[in-house]
Amino acid sequence: MMAPLARMTPLTPLVRDSALVWLASGVVGVSFGAIAVAGGLPLWVPVVMSLIVYAGSAQFSAVGVLLAGGGPLAAAATGLLLNTRTAAFSLAVADVIGRGRLTRLLGAHLVTDETVAFALAQPDPARRRAAFWISGLGLFAVWNLGVLAGALAGDAIGDTAAYGLDAAFPAVLVALVLPALRENPAVRRSALLGAGLALAVTPAVPAGVPVLVALAGLAGYGSTGGRRTA
Amino acid sequence: MSATVAMILALAVGTYAFRLVGPVLHGRVELSSRVRELLSAGAIVLLVALLATGALTADGGFAGWARPAGVLVGGVLAWQRAPFVVVVLGAAGATAVLRAVGVA
Repeated sequence: MMAPLARMTPLTPLVRDSALVWLASGVVGVSFGAIAVAGGLPLWVPVVMSLIVYAGSAQFSAVGVLLAGGGPLAAAATGLLLNTRTAAFSLAVADVIGRGRLTRLLGAHLVTDETVAFALAQPDPARRRAAFWISGLGLFAVWNLGVLAGALAGDAIGDTAAYGLDAAFPAVLVALVLPALRENPAVRRSALLGAGLALAVTPAVPAGVPVLVALAGLAGYGSTGGRRTA
Repeated sequence: MSATVAMILALAVGTYAFRLVGPVLHGRVELSSRVRELLSAGAIVLLVALLATGALTADGGFAGWARPAGVLVGGVLAWQRAPFVVVVLGAAGATAVLRAVGVA
Protein backbone atom coordinates (compact mmCIF):
# COMPACT_ATOMS: atom_id res chain seq x y z
CA MET A 1 0.00 0.00 0.00
CA MET A 2 2.92 2.27 0.46
CA ALA A 3 3.22 2.98 -3.24
CA PRO A 4 0.03 5.02 -3.71
CA LEU A 5 0.14 6.49 -0.20
CA ALA A 6 3.71 7.59 -0.49
CA ARG A 7 3.28 9.28 -3.82
CA MET A 8 0.39 11.51 -2.91
CA THR A 9 0.44 14.03 -0.09
CA PRO A 10 -3.32 14.55 0.27
CA LEU A 11 -5.23 12.40 2.70
CA THR A 12 -7.74 11.19 0.13
CA PRO A 13 -5.95 7.91 -0.68
CA LEU A 14 -5.50 7.25 3.03
CA VAL A 15 -9.19 7.80 3.71
CA ARG A 16 -10.13 5.69 0.70
CA ASP A 17 -7.93 2.78 1.77
CA SER A 18 -9.01 3.09 5.39
CA ALA A 19 -12.65 3.15 4.33
CA LEU A 20 -12.26 -0.28 2.76
CA VAL A 21 -10.93 -1.65 6.06
CA TRP A 22 -13.73 0.14 7.93
CA LEU A 23 -16.28 -1.48 5.66
CA ALA A 24 -14.81 -4.97 6.09
CA SER A 25 -14.54 -4.47 9.86
CA GLY A 26 -18.09 -3.15 10.02
CA VAL A 27 -19.39 -6.34 8.39
CA VAL A 28 -17.35 -8.46 10.80
CA GLY A 29 -18.72 -6.31 13.65
CA VAL A 30 -22.27 -7.01 12.50
CA SER A 31 -21.51 -10.72 12.56
CA PHE A 32 -19.96 -10.43 16.04
CA GLY A 33 -23.07 -8.71 17.43
CA ALA A 34 -25.34 -11.21 15.72
CA ILE A 35 -23.38 -14.28 16.91
CA ALA A 36 -23.32 -13.05 20.51
CA VAL A 37 -27.05 -12.30 20.65
CA ALA A 38 -28.07 -15.36 18.65
CA GLY A 39 -26.01 -17.43 21.10
CA GLY A 40 -28.16 -16.16 23.96
CA LEU A 41 -26.13 -13.28 25.42
CA PRO A 42 -28.01 -10.08 26.28
CA LEU A 43 -27.70 -7.21 23.81
CA TRP A 44 -25.49 -5.09 26.06
CA VAL A 45 -22.74 -7.73 26.27
CA PRO A 46 -21.42 -7.45 22.68
CA VAL A 47 -22.14 -3.70 22.60
CA VAL A 48 -20.34 -2.76 25.83
CA MET A 49 -17.56 -5.23 25.13
CA SER A 50 -16.89 -3.68 21.73
CA LEU A 51 -16.74 -0.18 23.21
CA ILE A 52 -14.43 -0.88 26.15
CA VAL A 53 -12.43 -3.95 25.06
CA TYR A 54 -12.35 -2.98 21.38
CA ALA A 55 -10.33 -5.88 19.97
CA GLY A 56 -12.02 -8.03 17.38
CA SER A 57 -10.22 -11.34 17.73
CA ALA A 58 -10.25 -11.19 21.56
CA GLN A 59 -13.96 -10.39 21.56
CA PHE A 60 -14.78 -13.32 19.27
CA SER A 61 -12.68 -15.65 21.41
CA ALA A 62 -14.09 -14.46 24.73
CA VAL A 63 -17.68 -14.71 23.51
CA GLY A 64 -16.90 -18.09 21.94
CA VAL A 65 -15.62 -19.38 25.28
CA LEU A 66 -18.69 -17.96 27.08
CA LEU A 67 -21.13 -19.50 24.61
CA ALA A 68 -19.32 -22.83 24.79
CA GLY A 69 -19.82 -22.77 28.57
CA GLY A 70 -16.13 -22.24 29.33
CA GLY A 71 -16.80 -19.72 32.10
CA PRO A 72 -15.89 -16.03 32.50
CA LEU A 73 -12.39 -16.65 33.84
CA ALA A 74 -11.37 -18.71 30.82
CA ALA A 75 -13.04 -16.16 28.54
CA ALA A 76 -11.08 -13.26 30.05
CA ALA A 77 -7.80 -15.20 30.01
CA THR A 78 -8.26 -16.19 26.36
CA GLY A 79 -8.97 -12.62 25.33
CA LEU A 80 -6.09 -11.16 27.33
CA LEU A 81 -3.62 -13.63 25.88
CA LEU A 82 -4.68 -12.61 22.38
CA ASN A 83 -4.23 -8.94 23.26
CA THR A 84 -0.73 -9.12 24.74
CA ARG A 85 0.62 -8.21 21.30
CA THR A 86 -0.97 -4.75 21.61
CA ALA A 87 1.68 -3.92 24.23
CA ALA A 88 4.39 -4.39 21.60
CA PHE A 89 2.32 -2.46 19.06
CA SER A 90 1.76 0.42 21.47
CA LEU A 91 5.53 0.69 21.97
CA ALA A 92 6.06 0.79 18.21
CA VAL A 93 3.54 3.62 17.66
CA ALA A 94 4.10 5.52 20.93
CA ASP A 95 5.71 8.48 19.15
CA VAL A 96 3.10 8.33 16.38
CA ILE A 97 0.12 8.82 18.70
CA GLY A 98 1.10 12.28 19.90
CA ARG A 99 2.16 14.19 23.01
CA GLY A 100 -0.69 15.47 25.19
CA ARG A 101 -1.98 13.39 28.09
CA LEU A 102 -5.53 13.12 26.69
CA THR A 103 -4.15 12.36 23.22
CA ARG A 104 -2.15 9.47 24.61
CA LEU A 105 -5.01 8.13 26.73
CA LEU A 106 -7.40 8.19 23.76
CA GLY A 107 -4.85 7.06 21.21
CA ALA A 108 -3.88 4.02 23.29
CA HIS A 109 -7.43 2.68 22.97
CA LEU A 110 -7.16 2.88 19.17
CA VAL A 111 -4.05 0.66 18.94
CA THR A 112 -5.09 -2.29 16.77
CA ASP A 113 -3.37 -4.49 14.18
CA GLU A 114 -4.85 -2.40 11.38
CA THR A 115 -4.08 1.08 12.76
CA VAL A 116 -0.48 0.06 13.47
CA ALA A 117 -0.11 -1.41 9.99
CA PHE A 118 -1.55 1.73 8.39
CA ALA A 119 0.66 4.01 10.47
CA LEU A 120 3.91 2.11 9.92
CA ALA A 121 3.28 1.95 6.16
CA GLN A 122 3.60 5.75 5.91
CA PRO A 123 6.86 7.38 4.88
CA ASP A 124 7.05 10.30 7.34
CA PRO A 125 5.98 11.20 10.91
CA ALA A 126 3.16 13.57 9.90
CA ARG A 127 1.52 11.00 7.67
CA ARG A 128 2.09 8.24 10.21
CA ARG A 129 0.16 10.28 12.77
CA ALA A 130 -2.62 11.12 10.30
CA ALA A 131 -2.89 7.48 9.25
CA PHE A 132 -3.08 6.28 12.85
CA TRP A 133 -5.82 8.71 13.86
CA ILE A 134 -7.88 8.60 10.66
CA SER A 135 -7.88 4.82 10.37
CA GLY A 136 -8.26 4.44 14.14
CA LEU A 137 -11.19 6.79 14.76
CA GLY A 138 -13.04 5.51 11.71
CA LEU A 139 -12.43 1.90 12.67
CA PHE A 140 -13.67 2.52 16.22
CA ALA A 141 -16.86 4.19 14.96
CA VAL A 142 -17.67 1.64 12.27
CA TRP A 143 -16.80 -1.41 14.39
CA ASN A 144 -19.08 -0.31 17.22
CA LEU A 145 -21.93 0.70 14.92
CA GLY A 146 -21.60 -2.65 13.15
CA VAL A 147 -21.72 -4.58 16.42
CA LEU A 148 -24.79 -2.63 17.56
CA ALA A 149 -26.54 -3.24 14.24
CA GLY A 150 -25.72 -6.95 14.35
CA ALA A 151 -26.85 -7.28 17.96
CA LEU A 152 -30.16 -5.59 17.10
CA ALA A 153 -30.68 -7.56 13.90
CA GLY A 154 -29.88 -10.93 15.43
CA ASP A 155 -28.78 -13.46 12.86
CA ALA A 156 -29.53 -11.53 9.67
CA ILE A 157 -26.14 -11.46 8.01
CA GLY A 158 -25.37 -15.14 7.65
CA ASP A 159 -21.88 -16.52 7.35
CA THR A 160 -19.29 -13.83 6.51
CA ALA A 161 -16.97 -16.58 5.24
CA ALA A 162 -19.13 -16.69 2.10
CA TYR A 163 -17.85 -13.18 1.22
CA GLY A 164 -14.23 -14.19 1.72
CA LEU A 165 -13.81 -11.63 4.50
CA ASP A 166 -11.51 -14.00 6.39
CA ALA A 167 -9.07 -13.64 3.48
CA ALA A 168 -9.49 -9.85 3.35
CA PHE A 169 -7.81 -9.14 6.70
CA PRO A 170 -4.57 -11.08 6.04
CA ALA A 171 -4.53 -9.40 2.59
CA VAL A 172 -4.83 -5.96 4.21
CA LEU A 173 -1.75 -6.75 6.29
CA VAL A 174 0.12 -8.13 3.25
CA ALA A 175 -0.50 -4.91 1.35
CA LEU A 176 0.60 -2.75 4.28
CA VAL A 177 3.76 -4.62 5.31
CA LEU A 178 5.06 -5.55 1.87
CA PRO A 179 6.91 -2.25 1.30
CA ALA A 180 8.82 -2.66 4.58
CA LEU A 181 9.65 -6.27 3.69
CA ARG A 182 10.77 -5.28 0.23
CA GLU A 183 13.07 -2.49 1.30
CA ASN A 184 14.71 -3.95 4.39
CA PRO A 185 16.38 -7.38 4.22
CA ALA A 186 16.88 -7.55 8.00
CA VAL A 187 13.16 -6.99 8.61
CA ARG A 188 12.35 -9.52 5.90
CA ARG A 189 14.59 -12.18 7.48
CA SER A 190 13.13 -11.56 10.93
CA ALA A 191 9.54 -11.59 9.69
CA LEU A 192 9.89 -14.80 7.67
CA LEU A 193 11.66 -16.55 10.53
CA GLY A 194 9.02 -15.30 12.97
CA ALA A 195 6.10 -16.34 10.76
CA GLY A 196 7.63 -19.80 10.35
CA LEU A 197 7.99 -20.16 14.12
CA ALA A 198 4.41 -18.93 14.69
CA LEU A 199 3.00 -21.42 12.20
CA ALA A 200 5.07 -24.25 13.65
CA VAL A 201 3.79 -23.76 17.20
CA THR A 202 0.15 -22.93 16.30
CA PRO A 203 -1.19 -26.50 16.71
CA ALA A 204 0.45 -26.85 20.12
CA VAL A 205 -0.18 -23.60 22.00
CA PRO A 206 -3.19 -21.42 22.94
CA ALA A 207 -4.37 -18.72 20.52
CA GLY A 208 -2.35 -15.53 20.92
CA VAL A 209 0.90 -17.28 21.79
CA PRO A 210 2.08 -18.00 18.21
CA VAL A 211 2.51 -14.33 17.28
CA LEU A 212 4.42 -13.73 20.52
CA VAL A 213 6.72 -16.63 19.65
CA ALA A 214 7.24 -14.91 16.29
CA LEU A 215 9.12 -12.10 18.06
CA ALA A 216 11.98 -14.58 18.46
CA GLY A 217 12.39 -14.01 14.71
CA LEU A 218 14.06 -10.72 15.65
CA ALA A 219 17.12 -12.90 16.28
CA GLY A 220 17.40 -12.83 12.50
CA TYR A 221 17.60 -9.04 12.57
CA GLY A 222 21.33 -9.03 13.15
CA SER A 223 23.45 -6.40 14.86
CA THR A 224 23.65 -4.04 11.92
CA GLY A 225 19.95 -4.19 11.20
CA GLY A 226 19.47 -2.01 8.22
CA ARG A 227 17.84 1.27 7.57
CA ARG A 228 14.97 2.35 9.76
CA THR A 229 11.97 0.31 8.82
CA ALA A 230 9.10 2.69 9.23
CA MET B 1 -24.56 -12.03 35.04
CA SER B 2 -22.18 -10.21 37.39
CA ALA B 3 -19.50 -12.76 36.46
CA THR B 4 -19.92 -11.68 32.83
CA VAL B 5 -19.58 -8.03 33.88
CA ALA B 6 -16.38 -8.89 35.75
CA MET B 7 -15.07 -10.79 32.72
CA ILE B 8 -15.71 -7.86 30.38
CA LEU B 9 -14.15 -5.39 32.82
CA ALA B 10 -11.08 -7.57 33.35
CA LEU B 11 -10.63 -7.97 29.62
CA ALA B 12 -11.15 -4.24 29.05
CA VAL B 13 -8.79 -3.10 31.80
CA GLY B 14 -6.12 -5.64 30.87
CA THR B 15 -6.29 -4.79 27.18
CA TYR B 16 -6.15 -1.06 27.88
CA ALA B 17 -3.14 -1.61 30.15
CA PHE B 18 -1.34 -3.40 27.32
CA ARG B 19 -2.18 -0.52 24.99
CA LEU B 20 -0.95 2.08 27.48
CA VAL B 21 2.53 0.56 27.77
CA GLY B 22 3.88 2.51 24.81
CA PRO B 23 2.21 5.89 25.42
CA VAL B 24 3.08 5.82 29.15
CA LEU B 25 6.74 4.96 28.63
CA HIS B 26 7.10 7.38 25.74
CA GLY B 27 8.99 10.48 26.84
CA ARG B 28 9.84 8.98 30.26
CA VAL B 29 12.25 6.33 29.12
CA GLU B 30 14.92 7.37 26.66
CA LEU B 31 15.13 4.67 24.01
CA SER B 32 18.24 4.29 21.92
CA SER B 33 17.79 4.41 18.16
CA ARG B 34 18.72 0.73 18.12
CA VAL B 35 15.82 -0.13 20.45
CA ARG B 36 13.41 2.05 18.44
CA GLU B 37 14.52 0.28 15.28
CA LEU B 38 13.91 -3.10 16.92
CA LEU B 39 10.44 -1.99 18.07
CA SER B 40 9.49 -1.02 14.52
CA ALA B 41 10.91 -4.27 13.18
CA GLY B 42 9.12 -6.16 15.96
CA ALA B 43 5.80 -4.64 14.94
CA ILE B 44 6.34 -5.76 11.35
CA VAL B 45 7.34 -9.24 12.58
CA LEU B 46 4.09 -9.40 14.61
CA LEU B 47 1.99 -8.24 11.67
CA VAL B 48 3.56 -10.79 9.33
CA ALA B 49 3.03 -13.56 11.90
CA LEU B 50 -0.59 -12.44 12.26
CA LEU B 51 -1.19 -12.51 8.54
CA ALA B 52 0.55 -15.87 8.14
CA THR B 53 -1.38 -17.55 10.95
CA GLY B 54 -4.56 -15.72 9.89
CA ALA B 55 -4.16 -16.89 6.31
CA LEU B 56 -3.30 -20.52 7.03
CA THR B 57 -4.78 -21.52 10.36
CA ALA B 58 -8.14 -21.54 12.13
CA ASP B 59 -8.74 -22.90 15.64
CA GLY B 60 -5.23 -24.36 15.80
CA GLY B 61 -5.56 -26.32 12.53
CA PHE B 62 -5.39 -25.76 8.79
CA ALA B 63 -7.88 -23.13 7.59
CA GLY B 64 -8.74 -24.97 4.36
CA TRP B 65 -7.62 -24.03 0.84
CA ALA B 66 -9.99 -21.19 -0.03
CA ARG B 67 -8.64 -18.68 2.48
CA PRO B 68 -4.88 -19.07 1.83
CA ALA B 69 -5.54 -19.16 -1.92
CA GLY B 70 -7.35 -15.82 -1.66
CA VAL B 71 -4.59 -14.30 0.47
CA LEU B 72 -2.05 -15.57 -2.09
CA VAL B 73 -3.99 -13.79 -4.85
CA GLY B 74 -3.86 -10.64 -2.71
CA GLY B 75 -0.14 -11.15 -2.13
CA VAL B 76 0.60 -11.49 -5.84
CA LEU B 77 -1.44 -8.36 -6.57
CA ALA B 78 0.40 -6.46 -3.82
CA TRP B 79 3.74 -7.68 -5.14
CA GLN B 80 2.82 -6.22 -8.52
CA ARG B 81 2.02 -2.96 -6.74
CA ALA B 82 -1.69 -3.11 -7.42
CA PRO B 83 -3.74 -0.52 -5.53
CA PHE B 84 -4.76 -1.43 -1.98
CA VAL B 85 -8.43 -1.75 -2.92
CA VAL B 86 -7.58 -4.22 -5.69
CA VAL B 87 -5.41 -6.29 -3.34
CA VAL B 88 -8.08 -6.58 -0.65
CA LEU B 89 -11.06 -7.11 -2.94
CA GLY B 90 -9.03 -9.54 -5.05
CA ALA B 91 -8.25 -11.66 -2.00
CA ALA B 92 -11.80 -11.64 -0.66
CA GLY B 93 -13.25 -12.20 -4.14
CA ALA B 94 -11.00 -15.17 -4.92
CA THR B 95 -11.85 -16.83 -1.61
CA ALA B 96 -15.57 -16.16 -2.08
CA VAL B 97 -15.52 -17.59 -5.61
CA LEU B 98 -13.61 -20.70 -4.47
CA ARG B 99 -16.16 -21.28 -1.71
CA ALA B 100 -19.04 -20.71 -4.11
CA VAL B 101 -17.71 -23.50 -6.34
CA GLY B 102 -17.30 -25.80 -3.39
CA VAL B 103 -13.66 -25.41 -2.28
CA ALA B 104 -13.57 -25.16 1.49
